[in-house]
Amino acid sequence: MIESRLHGGAAHGSDEVEAADKLSVTDLDFYYGDFQALAGVTVGVKERATTAFIGPSGCGKSTFLRCFNRMNDLIPGTRLTGRITLDGEDIYAPGVDPVDLRRRVGMIFQQPNPFPMSIYDNVAYGPRLHGVKKKARLDDIVQQSLERANVWREVKDILGRGGLTLSGGQQQRLCIARVLAVRPDVLLMDEPCSAIDPTSVQKIEDLMAELESEITIVIVTHNMQQAARVSQFTAFFLQEETNEPAELVEYGRTAELFTSPEDKRTEDYITGRFG
Amino acid sequence: MAGSERDMRDAGPGAPGPREPGSGSGVLRQTARSQYLKESSLRALFLACASVAVMGVALIFLFVGLRGWAIFAKVGVVDFLFGSTWLPTEGEFGIWPLIFGSFAVTIGALLLGAPLAIGTAIFLSEVASPRVRSILRPAVELLAGIPSVIYGFFGLIVLRPIIADMSGGLGFGLVTGWLILAIMIVPTISAISEDALRSLSPGIREASYAMGATKWQTIYKVLVPAAKVGIIDAVILGMGRAIGETMAVLMVIGNAPVVPAGVSEPFSTLTTTIVLDMAYASGDHRTALFGMAIILFLISMVLVALVRSLSRFGKQVG
Ligand SMILES: Nc1ncnc2c1ncn2[C@@H]1O[C@H](COP(=O)(O)OP(=O)(O)OP(=O)(O)O)[C@@H](O)[C@H]1O
Ligand SMILES: [Mg+2]
Repeated sequence: MIESRLHGGAAHGSDEVEAADKLSVTDLDFYYGDFQALAGVTVGVKERATTAFIGPSGCGKSTFLRCFNRMNDLIPGTRLTGRITLDGEDIYAPGVDPVDLRRRVGMIFQQPNPFPMSIYDNVAYGPRLHGVKKKARLDDIVQQSLERANVWREVKDILGRGGLTLSGGQQQRLCIARVLAVRPDVLLMDEPCSAIDPTSVQKIEDLMAELESEITIVIVTHNMQQAARVSQFTAFFLQEETNEPAELVEYGRTAELFTSPEDKRTEDYITGRFG
Repeated sequence: MAGSERDMRDAGPGAPGPREPGSGSGVLRQTARSQYLKESSLRALFLACASVAVMGVALIFLFVGLRGWAIFAKVGVVDFLFGSTWLPTEGEFGIWPLIFGSFAVTIGALLLGAPLAIGTAIFLSEVASPRVRSILRPAVELLAGIPSVIYGFFGLIVLRPIIADMSGGLGFGLVTGWLILAIMIVPTISAISEDALRSLSPGIREASYAMGATKWQTIYKVLVPAAKVGIIDAVILGMGRAIGETMAVLMVIGNAPVVPAGVSEPFSTLTTTIVLDMAYASGDHRTALFGMAIILFLISMVLVALVRSLSRFGKQVG
């Protein structure tokens, strides 16, 4: 069932020219105060493709994801060594403005978190921050973004209504639209589908498939089938002992990782033996 | 008994559903019923609490109204409210200067104090490190615990001379009242505003930062609008405190029942006049004081309604 839905074959065959790494991580260690959450992670995230991060709960997937847009900077006491580059540029180099970085690297959270303002204002939030003021231009951006987020048809007549009046799944797609409105290069998604209804999950997977040709997506998911459906590359993380840092166990093409994992621990995890 | 049992069952969604007689286990029914009795007696208890509060307000209004209504009949509503001379011992019962004084000192204090308090709340909730917050917050709360007569002293001894120097007068008047009241309402407004900000879902903060907003953009474009209702509540309560405050105000405004010619000239408010005159007033004078209490009552009700409808309007737009 998993194999039949993999993208692995035609579209991303191995004889195709390999895409460049959009994000590249070298020897990353991450600390919450004294607690080291991640150790020695080295991995690349391919451009215009979807990469899934999988692993048991608490193994640092969210932590790792939040390194890419420096959201961890907001948590006091966090520390990081190693190197992460976006298009070859070190995003933790002195002088890099995290605010600017976050405009290029958007993020979707597990809990839909629309602002308590109208649907329109939610989507227009980012463009307005960047100085777009003309009503006609904003209207265009709002419509396009909602269309790309697969929620336009449901909200086009109620743009003035509060974003929080939508269903959870619609809220999540509204949040996706809000991020797309600033045209990010990279979209980070932290378990975007774990708190919403199946119809919306389907719509989100559809929109991910459409976005794939334009942007780089990194998704954290607990749902193995989902990882297999939406991603071309998968990274498996594991924290072997509590209070020990987690590591990247295996990274590869999703098709290969799921069908013939190289590491015994990966195999155990995807066959459901632990986690 | 049977009737009351049915009433209980039908009373609410929490009530146990009807059962075929003898079909369920007796123990189960018993437990459910006693649970329901507990629930409904608790509900009655809380209803009683709420009723006491409402009845208190009603009784006070009734009492004040009974004592004061006669002055409206005697002097006439318009002459009472808008008459410009308050000489109660000589039968002149115009309270306009006092109404003006109450409004002027309250509005000025709000204009000064509310931004200060909201700024404090934003600082405490969004900017201060936990350590700074742990020092500053109790300090602000302490302001609320200081008896108002101490504020009065401070205004009288410290502020008044400074203002007298700057303005050339005695320093009794609106400016001193504004400053004192502004400080007094800060803890009320800031504590409630801070609660409103801190109770926002943390998700929207993260979302805004993740969109590439700066801290300030997040505060003024997302957090403050989202906490607007709570902040407006805070301002209402601050206003209530300001318009009702008597002691501190009494000590710094000079107490002359006239519309002051300047911001450093003596004036009176409704509350200070009631307090000062109550000691010796009799007859119509006394009735007039109760009439003023009615007006005070109505003013606070109107102010609360006004701010509430403003906030509702704001909510629809925003
Ligand atoms: N703010 C924090 N402060 C301290 N430790 C944290 C913090 N956030 C996460 N951790 C710890 O870091 C480790 C990794 O957490 P993280 O949330 O990244 O895991 P995860 O893989 O996303 O888990 P899940 O699948 O449950 O979301 C855990 O041991 C967690 O307890
Ligand atoms: Mg997580």
